[in-house]
Amino acid sequence: MASSIRVRAVENGGVTSLKALVRHPMDSGFVKDSAGNVIPAHFIQLLTITHNGKDVFVANWGPAVSKDPFLECRFKGAKKGDKLTISWTDNKGESDSTTATIA
Amino acid sequence: MIDQRRRGFLKGVLGAGVASFALGSGMIPLRVEAATTPDASNWPKKAFNTPGVDETISELYGMDATESDKISMDLPTIAQNGAVVPVTVETTLPNVTGIALLVAKNPNALAASFDIPEGTMPFVSNRLKMAETTDVVAVVISDGKAYKATKNVKVTVGGCGG
Repeated sequence: MASSIRVRAVENGGVTSLKALVRHPMDSGFVKDSAGNVIPAHFIQLLTITHNGKDVFVANWGPAVSKDPFLECRFKGAKKGDKLTISWTDNKGESDSTTATIA
Repeated sequence: MIDQRRRGFLKGVLGAGVASFALGSGMIPLRVEAATTPDASNWPKKAFNTPGVDETISELYGMDATESDKISMDLPTIAQNGAVVPVTVETTLPNVTGIALLVAKNPNALAASFDIPEGTMPFVSNRLKMAETTDVVAVVISDGKAYKATKNVKVTVGGCGG
Protein backbone atom coordinates (compact mmCIF):
# COMPACT_ATOMS: atom_id res chain seq x y z
CA MET A 1 0.00 0.00 0.00
CA ALA A 2 1.23 3.43 -0.82
CA SER A 3 2.16 5.51 2.20
CA SER A 4 -0.29 8.11 3.47
CA ILE A 5 2.61 10.49 4.01
CA ARG A 6 4.41 12.57 1.42
CA VAL A 7 7.51 14.38 2.61
CA ARG A 8 10.07 16.73 1.16
CA ALA A 9 12.99 17.83 3.29
CA VAL A 10 15.69 20.18 2.03
CA GLU A 11 18.82 21.26 3.88
CA ASN A 12 20.14 24.74 3.22
CA GLY A 13 22.68 26.67 5.30
CA GLY A 14 22.39 24.31 8.27
CA VAL A 15 18.62 24.54 8.44
CA THR A 16 16.44 21.69 7.25
CA SER A 17 13.04 22.69 5.95
CA LEU A 18 10.46 19.93 5.93
CA LYS A 19 7.10 19.88 4.21
CA ALA A 20 4.74 16.98 4.82
CA LEU A 21 1.33 16.15 3.40
CA VAL A 22 -0.67 13.37 5.05
CA ARG A 23 -3.71 11.73 3.49
CA HIS A 24 -6.32 11.55 6.26
CA PRO A 25 -10.06 12.45 6.49
CA MET A 26 -9.65 14.46 9.75
CA ASP A 27 -13.38 14.10 10.55
CA SER A 28 -14.28 16.48 13.35
CA GLY A 29 -17.30 14.64 14.70
CA PHE A 30 -19.43 17.77 14.10
CA VAL A 31 -20.37 17.05 10.48
CA LYS A 32 -23.36 15.01 9.29
CA ASP A 33 -23.46 12.90 6.14
CA SER A 34 -26.19 13.16 3.49
CA ALA A 35 -28.45 10.80 5.51
CA GLY A 36 -28.22 13.07 8.57
CA ASN A 37 -25.99 10.77 10.59
CA VAL A 38 -23.06 12.30 12.43
CA ILE A 39 -19.74 11.21 10.93
CA PRO A 40 -17.73 10.02 13.96
CA ALA A 41 -14.58 11.91 14.83
CA HIS A 42 -11.54 10.46 13.08
CA PHE A 43 -8.42 12.57 13.20
CA ILE A 44 -4.66 12.37 13.70
CA GLN A 45 -3.73 13.07 17.32
CA LEU A 46 0.02 12.89 17.21
CA LEU A 47 2.60 13.34 14.47
CA THR A 48 6.30 13.11 15.20
CA ILE A 49 9.36 13.85 13.11
CA THR A 50 12.46 11.99 14.22
CA HIS A 51 16.10 12.47 13.19
CA ASN A 52 18.79 10.09 14.52
CA GLY A 53 16.37 8.72 17.09
CA LYS A 54 15.57 12.19 18.47
CA ASP A 55 12.26 13.99 18.07
CA VAL A 56 12.84 17.22 16.17
CA PHE A 57 9.16 18.16 15.95
CA VAL A 58 6.02 16.93 17.67
CA ALA A 59 2.53 17.98 16.58
CA ASN A 60 -0.53 17.38 18.77
CA TRP A 61 -3.48 17.77 16.46
CA GLY A 62 -7.17 18.20 17.14
CA PRO A 63 -10.11 17.79 14.79
CA ALA A 64 -9.79 21.44 13.65
CA VAL A 65 -6.79 20.61 11.49
CA SER A 66 -7.82 20.51 7.83
CA LYS A 67 -8.44 17.33 5.87
CA ASP A 68 -5.26 15.88 4.36
CA PRO A 69 -3.09 17.89 6.79
CA PHE A 70 -0.15 19.95 5.59
CA LEU A 71 2.74 20.73 7.91
CA GLU A 72 5.90 22.73 7.46
CA CYS A 73 8.67 23.02 10.04
CA ARG A 74 12.37 23.86 10.21
CA PHE A 75 15.18 22.53 12.36
CA LYS A 76 18.97 22.56 12.69
CA GLY A 77 21.49 19.78 13.14
CA ALA A 78 20.78 17.57 10.13
CA LYS A 79 22.69 17.32 6.87
CA LYS A 80 21.98 16.25 3.28
CA GLY A 81 21.51 12.48 2.99
CA ASP A 82 20.31 12.07 6.59
CA LYS A 83 17.16 10.07 7.18
CA LEU A 84 14.02 11.44 8.81
CA THR A 85 11.15 9.36 10.13
CA ILE A 86 7.64 10.80 10.09
CA SER A 87 4.97 8.90 12.03
CA TRP A 88 1.39 9.53 13.02
CA THR A 89 -1.27 7.96 15.24
CA ASP A 90 -4.97 8.80 15.06
CA ASN A 91 -7.82 8.60 17.58
CA LYS A 92 -8.86 5.17 16.26
CA GLY A 93 -5.41 3.77 16.93
CA GLU A 94 -4.46 3.67 13.25
CA SER A 95 -0.94 4.73 12.40
CA ASP A 96 1.52 5.13 9.59
CA SER A 97 5.17 5.90 9.25
CA THR A 98 7.57 6.77 6.47
CA THR A 99 11.23 7.58 6.05
CA ALA A 100 12.57 10.45 3.97
CA THR A 101 16.06 11.42 2.91
CA ILE A 102 17.11 15.04 3.25
CA ALA A 103 18.03 16.58 -0.12
CA MET B 1 14.63 -41.41 -10.39
CA ILE B 2 17.68 -39.30 -9.55
CA ASP B 3 16.13 -36.40 -11.38
CA GLN B 4 13.00 -36.64 -9.38
CA ARG B 5 14.87 -36.71 -6.10
CA ARG B 6 16.94 -33.76 -7.15
CA ARG B 7 13.86 -31.87 -8.06
CA GLY B 8 12.29 -32.69 -4.71
CA PHE B 9 15.42 -31.53 -2.97
CA LEU B 10 15.52 -28.30 -4.94
CA LYS B 11 11.86 -27.67 -4.24
CA GLY B 12 12.51 -28.15 -0.55
CA VAL B 13 15.40 -25.70 -0.54
CA LEU B 14 13.51 -23.15 -2.59
CA GLY B 15 10.42 -23.51 -0.43
CA ALA B 16 12.39 -23.01 2.75
CA GLY B 17 14.13 -20.02 1.19
CA VAL B 18 10.87 -18.36 0.20
CA ALA B 19 9.34 -19.08 3.59
CA SER B 20 12.24 -17.58 5.52
CA PHE B 21 12.31 -14.60 3.17
CA ALA B 22 8.61 -14.00 3.72
CA LEU B 23 9.09 -14.37 7.45
CA GLY B 24 12.02 -11.98 7.41
CA SER B 25 10.28 -9.33 5.32
CA GLY B 26 7.17 -9.68 7.46
CA MET B 27 9.10 -9.28 10.67
CA ILE B 28 11.03 -6.17 9.76
CA PRO B 29 8.13 -3.80 9.01
CA LEU B 30 6.34 -5.08 12.10
CA ARG B 31 9.27 -4.27 14.30
CA VAL B 32 9.83 -0.86 12.68
CA GLU B 33 6.17 0.00 13.13
CA ALA B 34 6.23 -0.96 16.78
CA ALA B 35 9.31 1.18 17.33
CA THR B 36 8.13 4.30 15.50
CA THR B 37 4.39 4.46 16.18
CA PRO B 38 4.01 7.56 18.31
CA ASP B 39 2.30 7.03 21.63
CA ALA B 40 -0.72 9.35 21.83
CA SER B 41 -1.36 8.71 25.53
CA ASN B 42 0.07 12.12 26.45
CA TRP B 43 -2.24 13.88 24.01
CA PRO B 44 -3.75 16.84 25.93
CA LYS B 45 -7.33 15.60 25.72
CA LYS B 46 -8.79 18.11 28.14
CA ALA B 47 -7.22 21.12 26.40
CA PHE B 48 -8.63 19.92 23.08
CA ASN B 49 -12.12 19.82 24.62
CA THR B 50 -12.12 23.31 26.13
CA PRO B 51 -14.02 26.17 24.50
CA GLY B 52 -12.66 29.71 24.72
CA VAL B 53 -9.14 31.01 24.09
CA ASP B 54 -7.99 31.98 27.61
CA GLU B 55 -9.50 28.88 29.22
CA THR B 56 -7.72 26.68 26.70
CA ILE B 57 -4.35 28.37 27.18
CA SER B 58 -4.49 27.94 30.95
CA GLU B 59 -5.68 24.33 30.56
CA LEU B 60 -2.87 23.53 28.13
CA TYR B 61 0.03 25.39 29.71
CA GLY B 62 -1.21 26.14 33.22
CA MET B 63 -0.68 29.90 32.85
CA ASP B 64 -2.03 33.00 31.14
CA ALA B 65 -0.45 34.39 27.98
CA THR B 66 0.60 38.02 27.53
CA GLU B 67 0.38 39.84 24.21
CA SER B 68 3.63 39.99 22.24
CA ASP B 69 4.56 41.82 19.05
CA LYS B 70 7.44 39.40 18.47
CA ILE B 71 5.12 36.73 17.09
CA SER B 72 4.43 37.03 13.39
CA MET B 73 1.38 35.32 11.94
CA ASP B 74 0.84 34.79 8.25
CA LEU B 75 -2.72 33.94 7.33
CA PRO B 76 -5.27 35.29 4.87
CA THR B 77 -7.44 38.25 5.96
CA ILE B 78 -10.23 36.74 3.94
CA ALA B 79 -10.52 32.96 3.61
CA GLN B 80 -12.77 31.80 0.81
CA ASN B 81 -12.90 28.29 2.25
CA GLY B 82 -13.09 27.93 6.02
CA ALA B 83 -12.18 24.25 5.75
CA VAL B 84 -8.64 24.98 4.60
CA VAL B 85 -7.08 28.12 6.04
CA PRO B 86 -3.27 28.19 5.89
CA VAL B 87 -1.70 29.54 9.09
CA THR B 88 2.02 30.21 9.51
CA VAL B 89 3.57 31.32 12.79
CA GLU B 90 7.11 32.48 13.39
CA THR B 91 8.67 34.25 16.36
CA THR B 92 11.86 36.01 17.37
CA LEU B 93 11.26 35.17 21.04
CA PRO B 94 14.17 33.17 22.57
CA ASN B 95 14.20 29.56 23.87
CA VAL B 96 10.88 28.54 22.39
CA THR B 97 9.65 25.15 23.58
CA GLY B 98 6.08 25.18 22.33
CA ILE B 99 3.67 26.76 19.86
CA ALA B 100 -0.12 26.39 19.85
CA LEU B 101 -2.77 27.48 17.36
CA LEU B 102 -6.25 28.39 18.59
CA VAL B 103 -9.40 29.31 16.71
CA ALA B 104 -11.57 31.46 18.97
CA LYS B 105 -15.03 30.60 17.66
CA ASN B 106 -14.53 26.90 16.94
CA PRO B 107 -16.48 24.60 19.30
CA ASN B 108 -13.17 23.78 20.95
CA ALA B 109 -10.56 26.51 20.59
CA LEU B 110 -7.38 24.42 20.40
CA ALA B 111 -6.54 23.32 16.86
CA ALA B 112 -2.94 22.20 17.28
CA SER B 113 -0.08 22.37 19.74
CA PHE B 114 3.53 21.75 18.80
CA ASP B 115 6.55 20.76 20.88
CA ILE B 116 9.65 22.60 19.74
CA PRO B 117 12.73 20.69 20.94
CA GLU B 118 16.13 22.37 21.13
CA GLY B 119 17.58 22.94 17.67
CA THR B 120 14.18 23.30 16.05
CA MET B 121 13.25 26.73 14.72
CA PRO B 122 10.23 28.48 16.27
CA PHE B 123 8.35 28.22 13.00
CA VAL B 124 5.33 26.20 11.92
CA SER B 125 2.91 26.16 9.03
CA ASN B 126 -0.35 24.23 9.19
CA ARG B 127 -3.81 24.34 7.63
CA LEU B 128 -6.85 24.73 9.89
CA LYS B 129 -10.62 24.55 9.75
CA MET B 130 -12.73 27.43 11.00
CA ALA B 131 -16.49 27.49 11.09
CA GLU B 132 -17.00 31.26 10.76
CA THR B 133 -15.24 34.63 10.76
CA THR B 134 -13.08 34.50 13.87
CA ASP B 135 -9.86 35.35 15.66
CA VAL B 136 -6.91 33.01 15.28
CA VAL B 137 -4.57 33.05 18.26
CA ALA B 138 -0.96 31.89 18.20
CA VAL B 139 0.57 31.02 21.58
CA VAL B 140 4.34 30.76 22.02
CA ILE B 141 6.11 29.38 25.09
CA SER B 142 9.41 31.25 25.48
CA ASP B 143 11.67 30.96 28.54
CA GLY B 144 8.83 29.16 30.29
CA LYS B 145 6.37 32.03 29.79
CA ALA B 146 3.38 32.16 27.48
CA TYR B 147 2.96 34.86 24.83
CA LYS B 148 0.21 35.29 22.29
CA ALA B 149 -0.73 37.14 19.13
CA THR B 150 -4.15 37.42 17.51
CA LYS B 151 -5.30 37.90 13.94
CA ASN B 152 -8.82 37.98 12.54
CA VAL B 153 -9.87 35.89 9.55
CA LYS B 154 -13.00 36.63 7.60
CA VAL B 155 -14.51 33.40 6.33
CA THR B 156 -16.71 33.69 3.25
CA VAL B 157 -18.16 30.25 2.76
CA GLY B 158 -19.94 31.35 -0.40
CA GLY B 159 -16.59 31.90 -2.03
CA CYS B 160 -17.44 35.28 -3.55
CA GLY B 161 -14.48 36.88 -1.82
CA GLY B 162 -16.74 39.53 -0.33
